[in-house]
Amino acid sequence: MLDPPFVSSSHPLSHTAASRLSASALACRRGSRLLFKNLDLDVDAGEIVWVRGQNGSGKTSLLRLIAGLSTPEHGRVLLDGIPVRSAAAHGRGLVYIAHANALKEDLSVSEALEFLLRIHARPCTPAIVQAALERIGLLSRRQALVRTLSQGQRRRVALARLAVDDGAALWLLDEPFDALDIDGIARLNGLLNDQVRRGGSVLLTSHLGVSTATLRPREVDLDAYA
Amino acid sequence: MLPPLFVAIVLRDLKLALRRRIDALLPVAFFVVALSLFPVGVGPEREMLRQIAPGIVWVCALLAAMLSLNQLFAGDYADGSLEQMLLSGESAVLVAAAKAAAHWTITGLPLVIAAPLFGLLFDMEPRALAVLTWTLLLGTPVLSLLGSVGAALTLGLRSAGVLIIVLVLPLSIPALIFGTGAVAAVEGGQSASAHFSILGALLIASALGAPPATAAALRISLE
Repeated sequence: MLDPPFVSSSHPLSHTAASRLSASALACRRGSRLLFKNLDLDVDAGEIVWVRGQNGSGKTSLLRLIAGLSTPEHGRVLLDGIPVRSAAAHGRGLVYIAHANALKEDLSVSEALEFLLRIHARPCTPAIVQAALERIGLLSRRQALVRTLSQGQRRRVALARLAVDDGAALWLLDEPFDALDIDGIARLNGLLNDQVRRGGSVLLTSHLGVSTATLRPREVDLDAYA
Repeated sequence: MLPPLFVAIVLRDLKLALRRRIDALLPVAFFVVALSLFPVGVGPEREMLRQIAPGIVWVCALLAAMLSLNQLFAGDYADGSLEQMLLSGESAVLVAAAKAAAHWTITGLPLVIAAPLFGLLFDMEPRALAVLTWTLLLGTPVLSLLGSVGAALTLGLRSAGVLIIVLVLPLSIPALIFGTGAVAAVEGGQSASAHFSILGALLIASALGAPPATAAALRISLE
């Protein structure tokens, strides 16, 4: 049979290229409740994985575990073969867009987007910011203060980061379709399509139906691991 | 060169403070009002005012700095900005240092500038006023640095405001003692260099120790 150490040492890249994200035997505890256990999850390059589950089943907690913001009760998360919480794993093209939009009310739309790009060391010239806002359909509102925007528009600003990210990264999106109108959903689907086409990976949660015809996401039901 | 993440956070916080001037000016307004009330309340005896001035200026600065501490991370925590900062790929220590630096620039620096003006209310001598200002320049960054640890530890807790005061005030008492001691020494005709050395040491120790502690506390608060 295969000798795993030998195989992995002789082909260190073949494994990482095969699966960008690999979580094994994950368990998550919130207070006294075990949200899920024995969760094995792999996300390959060019794949969209849709995490489903009831309210409170731990979808957001799973995304936070994978982003490295919290530590699992059990199990480990590898990003390109490297533990996600170790410093080396950071800056490896992980984009996490949480339920909260991370926008400051008193900044203008382009300032808020520029700040988010800047702290993640992405290109953030005015031209790039404008192009991203145009892609998400907010170019005309770029000078408006965030506090004057509707929920859906705020969501779009947060998602505009994805339009700048053209490396084959892993996107972790927590309810990205939340508050978006039909046009916004179409634009986000376009971004997701581009991401898959260039070999990027997406892990998203959504209580709305992800448009399964065009995106063909693989579904993971968290309730099965409760 | 300063790291880009540090610069980005400091500049954003300054920009936000400029757009919320009333909120940002609250600590310095408290400081000025409290200082102006003392001569009215205590009475206009010059000798007494001169004697109590350094202590009162320092205590008011301490309390003014405490006022704004519970907002240090709370806003960024609530809207998700803090998570994004910690996911930036840079060390969380940089985020902690940047937030403390911005806090000092917005609340500490105005206190340092206002102190000599309002010290005049207490009939302080120019030499004592100069020493007082220098002690505040060394001491207020200590308050911001220690305060950031307390703010990070109590992040997301109810009644965080009270807890921060309980945690941070005892730690800032050395700065208070040596800050006022320096002025007393100069007024007594002695050199204040020992006091300045200790204040400088406090600043160095908190500049090296507080950001890593804040970073660890932030990571725990976000778990």
